[in-house]
Amino acid sequence: MSKEIIKIEDLKRDFVMGTETVHALRGISFTIHEGEFVTIMGSSGSGKSTLLNILGCLDQPTDGSYKIDGLKVKDLGRNQLATIRNEKIGFIFQSYNLLARTSALENVELPLLYNSKVSTEERKKRAIKALEMVGLADRMDHTPSELSGGQQQRVAIARSLVNNPVMILADEATGNLDTRTSYEIMSLFQHLNKQGITIAFVTHEPDIATFSNRTVVLRDGNIIKDYKNTNILSAAEELEKLPKQDD
Amino acid sequence: MRLLNLLKIAFKAIILNKTRTLLTMLGIIIGVASVIAMLAIGEGSKESIRSTISAMGSNMITIRPGSDVRGGVRQERSAMETLTLNDYYAIKDQANLLTYITPLVNGSGQVINGSNNWPSTIYGVNQEYLKIKITELQSGSMFTDAEVQTAAKVALIGQTVVDNVFPDGQDPVGQMIRFSNIPFKVIGVLEEKGENTFGQDQDDVVIAPYTTVQKRILAIDHLNTIMASAISEGEAPEAVTQVSEILRKQHKLTASEEDDFHVRSMEELISTFSSTSEMLTILLVAVAGISLLIGGIGIMNIMYVSVKERTKEIGLRMAVGGKGSDILMQFLIEAILISITGGILGVILGLTSTVFIEKFLNWPTSIALYSIIISFAVCAITGIFFGWYPAKKAAALDPITALRYE
Repeated sequence: MSKEIIKIEDLKRDFVMGTETVHALRGISFTIHEGEFVTIMGSSGSGKSTLLNILGCLDQPTDGSYKIDGLKVKDLGRNQLATIRNEKIGFIFQSYNLLARTSALENVELPLLYNSKVSTEERKKRAIKALEMVGLADRMDHTPSELSGGQQQRVAIARSLVNNPVMILADEATGNLDTRTSYEIMSLFQHLNKQGITIAFVTHEPDIATFSNRTVVLRDGNIIKDYKNTNILSAAEELEKLPKQDD
Repeated sequence: MRLLNLLKIAFKAIILNKTRTLLTMLGIIIGVASVIAMLAIGEGSKESIRSTISAMGSNMITIRPGSDVRGGVRQERSAMETLTLNDYYAIKDQANLLTYITPLVNGSGQVINGSNNWPSTIYGVNQEYLKIKITELQSGSMFTDAEVQTAAKVALIGQTVVDNVFPDGQDPVGQMIRFSNIPFKVIGVLEEKGENTFGQDQDDVVIAPYTTVQKRILAIDHLNTIMASAISEGEAPEAVTQVSEILRKQHKLTASEEDDFHVRSMEELISTFSSTSEMLTILLVAVAGISLLIGGIGIMNIMYVSVKERTKEIGLRMAVGGKGSDILMQFLIEAILISITGGILGVILGLTSTVFIEKFLNWPTSIALYSIIISFAVCAITGIFFGWYPAKKAAALDPITALRYE
């Protein structure tokens, strides 16, 4: 079996709201191995955002254990969590979260700015390489307002790749895009996954799940389904099947 | 995270908000510029007073008779006859901190030349008087020792007197004038000195040997004043003490008795006038300082808005690995950069406006290096002080809420 990237056991997260305690996660366990493309599904309120925050080291579980790349995350301080986020995780958000009026290249360089081990030259080299991987090598100097939604999300993907993370964490990464563009993005994810990059993709759209090789379904803070996808669709092929746009 | 990267990030944020940054800086710019300009004006007037007094002879020491009590009534100073030629000789012989010394008697009267006349003051002195007053001659020469001994009727006159009693431009040297009906031969004209700081016309004088003035005009044998110059301005206070001791001995005053004379150096005068202008400077700087403070509050205000506005950006920076301290430093550096850039622009504006004040308003100014250093330091401290709170607030943000912030 390949390396365990994420291993959670009996993970619980409670929120205290006044006198009431909300159990957002009620003890879930799963393991993600290197090279997997997992979609985490669930309707709103199912706890998937809470799970994502914990997986992304933005939040700490109330109980249970969480290991990323062999590192125990529980009981780490804010600064140590920041270092883990910087070195092990690549974030992709629904609303891209690019810095306005800042070129694509500089946006991609951002995570490396917070890593003192990376020199200025290397930072630039790696950012260019990441942009090449998402097919935007010719748009390096464009600011987000000069890019389409799909291109902006590609810049965000390049940004998540630039620090060579052990896992990419995507939060509704196609939520703001039309079907055609989201298939393009999914095909990019599939392509990256084929190169060995582990991806955890949080979504509520069932058709997105068909592109991944494993699906975890959450409801009310529990995992109700966790299955390997036997019939993985190719996003590139699906894109071909979409009605041609007449322009 | 390396400081250089943080600097880069902060610099970028400033560049991206040019107008807002400039407006924020404006408070600091005006504050610093006014501190520098106000201090320059204050220092300038202080120096101008000092130099006027120096021109009058800053090492000058005047000895006047003090108040005396006769039958329980305190007498007016000019009525005193306690200062005598013997005092003059005693000081001249015993004081070693003085370079020049002269007895002085003065009286007013009318200067007459033919049909022209002019009210003026005659000063009876010896030859050393001009050295004490640092006055040169325009033409002619000073009277001699022999002329003092013989109470010769010779006089030197100032430019104001020349203008009024020799209106047709003839050379006064060698001419005869009358002062209080006593004929004097004009042997020299004093260089023009203009008004002194106190508005007194220093050219409205007639100078004659003290013996002549004592005997022929005032008919007295005491002195109004003894004037001397200390060997240097620094030695003046020492000289004052020395002269006082000599005079106390000379006047046979017991330890319990008050001085019946006054010895004053110009130093006292300088400090009196300096303290007045110093008060003014403090006032001006206080006003300027307040505007600097308001500039600082402006920075805090903008940084606070900036943190709110960029909450999502802060969330993102934290998500990709920015630590709380990185965020704190980013905003702090931004505030410091704004205030320091504002400080530099303020110094430039302050220096330029000082030059303009000097040129177009003709106010004396003097730019003190310390004013630049102080206002600049205050600026940097303002940046840290007022940038700290918003930066701290940014650093304390929860990355999850910051990321979801709309």
